[in-house]
Amino acid sequence: MTTSFHHSTGDLRLEVSGLGVVYANGHRALSGASFSLTGGTICGLVGPNGSGKSTLFKSMMGFVRPSAGVVTINGGPVREALKAQVVAYVPQAEEVDWDFPVSVWDVVLMGRYGAMNFLRRARLSDRLAVEESLRRVSLWEFRDRQIGELSGGQKKRVFLARALAQGGRLILLDEPFTGVDVQTEEAIIVLLRELRTSGCIIVVSTHNLGSVPEFCDQAVLLNKTVLACGPTASVFTEQNLTAAFGGVLRHFHFERSTIQSHDGRSVKIMTDDERPLVFGKDGHLEYKDREGRESLIDERRRRETEAER
Amino acid sequence: MNLYTEPWWELFGYEFMREALVVGVVVAAMAAVLSCFLILKGWSLMGDAVSHAVLPGIVLASMLGLPLAVGAFVAGLGCAVASGFVKRHSRLKEDTVLGVIFTGMFGLGLVLYSKAPTVLHLDHILFGNILGVSRAQVWQTALIGVGVLSVVLARRRDLLLLCFDERHARALALPATALHYLLLSVLALVIVVSLQAVGLLLVVAMLITPGATARLWTDSFDWMLVVAVVVAVVSSVSGIFISYYVSGSTAACVVLVQAAIFLLSLMGSRWRARRFRGARRVP
Repeated sequence: MTTSFHHSTGDLRLEVSGLGVVYANGHRALSGASFSLTGGTICGLVGPNGSGKSTLFKSMMGFVRPSAGVVTINGGPVREALKAQVVAYVPQAEEVDWDFPVSVWDVVLMGRYGAMNFLRRARLSDRLAVEESLRRVSLWEFRDRQIGELSGGQKKRVFLARALAQGGRLILLDEPFTGVDVQTEEAIIVLLRELRTSGCIIVVSTHNLGSVPEFCDQAVLLNKTVLACGPTASVFTEQNLTAAFGGVLRHFHFERSTIQSHDGRSVKIMTDDERPLVFGKDGHLEYKDREGRESLIDERRRRETEAER
Repeated sequence: MNLYTEPWWELFGYEFMREALVVGVVVAAMAAVLSCFLILKGWSLMGDAVSHAVLPGIVLASMLGLPLAVGAFVAGLGCAVASGFVKRHSRLKEDTVLGVIFTGMFGLGLVLYSKAPTVLHLDHILFGNILGVSRAQVWQTALIGVGVLSVVLARRRDLLLLCFDERHARALALPATALHYLLLSVLALVIVVSLQAVGLLLVVAMLITPGATARLWTDSFDWMLVVAVVVAVVSSVSGIFISYYVSGSTAACVVLVQAAIFLLSLMGSRWRARRFRGARRVP
C-alpha cells in the first residue's frame, strides 16, 4: 500500500483547499487558502514576514491542525503521505544547531530513519542511499565532518542530501538561498530541476523575489490567504506583488533616470529585502532617494536642452 | 582516636558503603546518559524544574500513604506537561513558564511539609541520604536503572533526532510526541531515583555536568555517551569516598568532583583548540 507513493508513475498532487489555521494562543495565521500543484514542478511560495508561509509549510507536514479546510497529498490525508516518506523538509540554516555532535553522514542517514527498523540500524540499502545522495550534492569527501565545520553552501547541501536520501517526492525548502554564494545557488537550482524532471513537487518558501522568476515554474503569493497562484509570469505582476506586500516593497521607477533621458520604455525594480544597487546604461549610479541630489536632474535637463540646440 | 584513617579499600567491608556505591554508580550512569540528551535539547532548566516540582508530590504521597516515588513521578511529569500546555496557550516563552510553575510547586511542597504531619526528613529530600539507603531502595534503583538505560540506549537514535530536528522526525512520521513524553518520563523517573542519592537540590548537576563535560571531549554522540558515563561514575565513586574521609555531604562531594572534572576538561579543550586552531574549521 504505502509503497504506491514511491513507485507511482502517476503525477504527484498537492491540494490545499480552504485552509484556515488559528493557533492555540488565538493568532489567526491563515484563512481560506486554496491552490493545487501537480508534479513535477518548482513552486515559489512568496509573501512578506508573517504572511503564513511557515504555517502553510507546517500544514503540509501535518504539524498544525487546520481550523478549516484540508491539505491532501495524492488525494489522501497528509498523515498517510508522511508514513510513506513522501514529504521531505529542508530547514532554514538559522533553525539548525550547528554545534550538535553529528557528522554529515549522520544527518543524511537521518533521512532514512522512516524506512529503517525499530532500532534504526542502517542496512546496506540505507548506506548506499546515503552515499549516492552525498555524491549528488558533492559532499562525499566531507562525510565525516561535524556539521559546524562546513561552509554556508555545504551546510545547505547536507539537508538537501538528507531529503534525497529520504526519497521525498514533495520537497519543502525554507529560504534555501539565504547566506549562500552564487555558485551554490546555481548548484541547488540544477539539483531542483533534476528533481522536477523526475516528477517531484518542490515548494520553495522565499522572500527573495528576484530568484522566483529565475527558477520557479509556478508561484503562490501569500498574505494570510492565497492572493494569487499559477504560472510565475501570470502571478508576478506589479499589481499582485503590491497587493501582497503593500508598502513593504521598495520600488525603483526607471522612466525617470537621474542621469540619462529614456527612450520611452520604462523599467521597474521591486525588492522587499535589500535596497538594490542600480546602474544606468553607461554604468553610472542611479539614486531612488534624490534628497540632496536634486541638482542631478536639473543638470540632465540642461545638458539635454544644450544638445538640442 | 580518628575514626577515618582506614585505607579506602577497607571501606568495602561496610555494607552501607557497598550499598551507597551501587546506588551512586547506577544513578550516575542513568543521569549521565540522560544528560547527553538534555544538554543537546536545551532542557537543562527542565531538569531543575522537574526536580523541584517533585516536592509536593512526595509530601502528598507520604500523607496519603502512597509510595513516595509515585507521588514524585506524577508531580514532576505534571510540572513539565503543565508548562507545555501554558506555553502553547500564551505568548510566554518556555523557560518563563517553567520558572513560574516549578517555583510555585516547590513553594506548595514546603507549605504542605510544614503544615502536614509526615515522617519525612526535609533535609534528606533536599540533600539526599545515600549512606542510609535500605536494601529495598538498592533493588529499586538497580531495576529502574537497568530499565531506563535499556530503553534510552535502544531508542537513542530517535531521541537524538528529536533533539536535533523535531520537524524532520515528524515529517518522517516518527512518533515525535511519544518520544517527547518518553524523554520527559525518563527525566522524571531518573530524578525520582536520584533523590535518594543526591537530593533534589543537586540532582540537576547530575543531569547537566556529565553531558556538558563529554561534549567538550568529542564531536561524536556515541562517544559522548561513553565519556559522560565514565565521568559520572568516577565522580560518584570518588565523591562518596571523599565524603567519608572529610565527613562532608556526599551529594556535595560528588557534584564538586564533577565540577572539577568539567573545569579541567574545559581548560583541556581550550588548550587543544589553541594548539590545533583552524585545523579543520572552515570559515
